Amino acid sequence: MFACIFVPNFPVAAVFRVEPELRARAVAIFEGKPPLEKVFAVNESAGRVGIAPGMTKAQAELCSELTLRPRSLLQESAAHAALLDCAQSFSPCVEDAAADTAILDLTGMESLFGALPEIACDIFRRAADLGLDVNVAVASYPDAAALAAHGISGVTVIPPGEEGESLGSLPVEVLFTGTSEDNDEQKESARLLATLERWGIRNLRALAALPEVALSERLGHEGLRLQQLARGAASRTLVPVEAPAVFEEAVELEYPIVLLEPLAFLLNRLLEQICARLASRALNTQELRLTLELESFSSFNQQSAINDQQSRPKRFHRTLRLPIPMLDAKLFLKLLQLDLNAHPPGAPILKIHLAAEPARPRSAQGGLFQPPSPEPEKLELTLARIAGLVGEARVGSLELLDTHRVEAFRMRRFMPEADSKVNRQKSSGEEQSVTALRMFRPPLRVTVTLENGELARVVCTKKKEVQGSVLWKAGPWRSSGDWWEREAWARDEWDIALQNADSVALYRLVHDLLGGGWYVEGSYD
Amino acid sequence: MSSAVVSTSAAQGRPFVFEVEDVVEGRPPQRAFSGAFKDARLAGVTPASRLAVRPAPEMVSSGIAAMDALTGGLPRGCLTEICGPASSGRTTVLLAALAAATRRGECCVLVDAGDALDPQSAAAAGVELERLLWVRCGESSPQKCLEQLLRAADLLLESGGFGLIALDLGDLPPQTARHIPLTMWFRFRRAVEHTPTVLLAIERQSIAGSCSSLLIKLGPQGKWIKESTNSQFPAPPTHAQLLTEMEITAELVRSRLERKPVRSAEKTRFQSFNVSRFQS
Repeated sequence: MFACIFVPNFPVAAVFRVEPELRARAVAIFEGKPPLEKVFAVNESAGRVGIAPGMTKAQAELCSELTLRPRSLLQESAAHAALLDCAQSFSPCVEDAAADTAILDLTGMESLFGALPEIACDIFRRAADLGLDVNVAVASYPDAAALAAHGISGVTVIPPGEEGESLGSLPVEVLFTGTSEDNDEQKESARLLATLERWGIRNLRALAALPEVALSERLGHEGLRLQQLARGAASRTLVPVEAPAVFEEAVELEYPIVLLEPLAFLLNRLLEQICARLASRALNTQELRLTLELESFSSFNQQSAINDQQSRPKRFHRTLRLPIPMLDAKLFLKLLQLDLNAHPPGAPILKIHLAAEPARPRSAQGGLFQPPSPEPEKLELTLARIAGLVGEARVGSLELLDTHRVEAFRMRRFMPEADSKVNRQKSSGEEQSVTALRMFRPPLRVTVTLENGELARVVCTKKKEVQGSVLWKAGPWRSSGDWWEREAWARDEWDIALQNADSVALYRLVHDLLGGGWYVEGSYD
Repeated sequence: MSSAVVSTSAAQGRPFVFEVEDVVEGRPPQRAFSGAFKDARLAGVTPASRLAVRPAPEMVSSGIAAMDALTGGLPRGCLTEICGPASSGRTTVLLAALAAATRRGECCVLVDAGDALDPQSAAAAGVELERLLWVRCGESSPQKCLEQLLRAADLLLESGGFGLIALDLGDLPPQTARHIPLTMWFRFRRAVEHTPTVLLAIERQSIAGSCSSLLIKLGPQGKWIKESTNSQFPAPPTHAQLLTEMEITAELVRSRLERKPVRSAEKTRFQSFNVSRFQS
């Protein structure tokens, strides 16, 4: 058994998928270069108010109720990919028959998904989840299923042997839908259709009833093929394709967006679509790439041809890398919002393009006796929020650098799960308590008084606590490094105890041998 | 006899089991209520004295044996305050606690109001740095730092899953730290309650009031040692000797974990990590 998924009025459906609120309105899709844009496709409501494909955009704009949208190949491509994702979630053997049609082999799928009517309804629901209004038909032969899907709306299940009866009432035009855009083929189809009309053949039942020999004599092999199709008995082998794992969604805006709030609204839609597609393929994502096409301000100063070159829209890219594969549209939206708050685009947005890098879902099982660890999804959101508070470079885990230079470390992304097993083995060492140093960042510049060549008094104007007479000292400890580079350093270190007004505190005093200054680098605590 | 779970007031926030007596048809309930107490939801309210005693929190090692002997360790699900002046050993205790927690395999956070953590000290104390999340506040004014610290701590407590969340307020002037409203500490206490997280705050003076379950006061002993104690290496010349050991005292000021009188101060001695300079 075979199923066919057909998306009626595909260019309009692709737009509805991104802007579902347009479903209740009259919508026309136009294409072409200005000022010669023509209406390419219309929905039913637009047809009722007199809008038809082929009208110029100027003519269509006279209708006040009409909403016009430019044809977006990217949106159509995303809708086609969603169609294939929907089909592939039910069968591995899927034929990409056309941009709006997918045929899948359901042989053996009953044991997985239930009876055929159940599968057809599930396909219909899955497509609706992906934002597509489709016709689904199940039949014994692929072409019979395709004809039923093209001709009958909703879900159709044709029992074996009843194909001719079920398809009989369909008009003969359904045989010629989905023909290629080749002019010769279109002319041939038009000729055949005109011939059948002259004969008074209006539906498939009438075509199926014609005598085969007489039909062959008049229309040749093509006539017999059409008759086989009309009887629903044309058998062929599917040409399966493997849908590429490309998950991209885009939306072109009628008016540029300036604020981030309406942008979040659109991002939410795109993310939900991408997540639904990923879920249908049992995949997660570990990287989201957002590209915003921005309005160029130089377009207002069209003084010369050079300015026209400069007025090409700028692109703004942001990449969201996740520590583990995830699939949560709300979480992604929050992370993107936080990222865009920290890095605003800086110009009105004309077009939004969102792509997800697919990844296999994380397979991990928590243990009863494992130490507590934060949930990765929550942690990622928390880290993004904290990064928004204190800055991206000021939150994370530490990595020490292999040098004796002071403050030799760098911040890196906090990923606690990365090497837990290694650390568990390493961590069996004994406890050790060490005197800790609290750093002053930046180091405090101080004035040091020497008496008989010995440290006697330290005065810091910036921090009143760090001054007083030196009660006790140890040092100096001389060190230097990186003398072969521009960032050479050389210093003498003392550990000193300063007697302040009512307390004694320990500090690390440093004499910069290259710069000549005295600094208090930190306090022992 | 039947039972029902009834939500209590916002102050408690935890459900208690109330026993509701069956009412025999045609007869009044055995326990009579008058006026406003006729509400069936309040029938059979268990007196507070009969409520189950709150279980004692799980104690974990602070990483310093002498400190564990004094306090019994650090309580999970509670706020612990460690206060003391500069050079009193607060950071040493903090790093020891972080080291112990990361050695247990727990993820820890240090919310650093003064951006004062020395990574070399942390590594020398045994902190597994890949399990430590360091939030560095303190790029601008102390008030701004404080605001960042409180908001970050709130987010981290809400996120959950950390073994230890440390708030380092050690460099903030006491007058600035006192600007933290007490309600914020109550909020933190409520957020950390019934979780396996140890909430640790180090500061100059105690500021959380009754919200902290454990309050330890540290103070310097005034004795510093600069001789090398590492017998592997020959003693360095006098001019090259740095601080190797310091002595500090720890006093258990308040503990709400056990019904015992507070013990007097005990002396605790910490080793210095400066020995490692000779190895590097």
